[in-house]
Amino acid sequence: MSVQEKIRKQVTENSVVLYMKGTPQSPQCGFSGATVQILHACGVENFAAVDVLADPEIRDGIKSYANWPTIPQLYIKGEFVGGSDIIREVFQQGELQKLLQTAQA
Amino acid sequence: MTANEVRSTIMNGLPCDHVEVLGDDGQHFEAVIVSPQFAGKNKVQQHQLVYLTLGERMRAEIHALSMRTFTPEGWTQSAMK
Repeated sequence: MSVQEKIRKQVTENSVVLYMKGTPQSPQCGFSGATVQILHACGVENFAAVDVLADPEIRDGIKSYANWPTIPQLYIKGEFVGGSDIIREVFQQGELQKLLQTAQA
Repeated sequence: MTANEVRSTIMNGLPCDHVEVLGDDGQHFEAVIVSPQFAGKNKVQQHQLVYLTLGERMRAEIHALSMRTFTPEGWTQSAMK
């Protein structure tokens, strides 16, 4: 399986997937940590977290997958939602909560 | 990379009305970008346009570019708030 297929599988088999540096319990980057906090603030505890630092192939492949060069990246129901800035923005607008509700319905 | 280099790289690759870039550690930057090219695009597409101007440097040299993107109309409205 190519790395792109592997990523497609991850984002379609899990309704909420966060590609991040480190783990939700121990984020290795402030932007990744802030995104975990936002998901928790939305009441989402069970999401698939992929630590890109543990997998160089994914770390590189995820940048091409959504044509997005930075980490973190959030996917809801297979759709790329955004990186750190956009996640914060849609959260502040209340849109992220709606997206997450449809994902968990 | 300096904030000024980031600024000129963005301006060379994208017609902008206004670009501000802050950041002095060479890896983390914050930018405000106003471009007519953002019209009709969502935030993901707007940020992708900016990332495109930075190309490989975004993968290799820059760790984070925090962005606020505006169309000229959106920028005028936010300035009046």
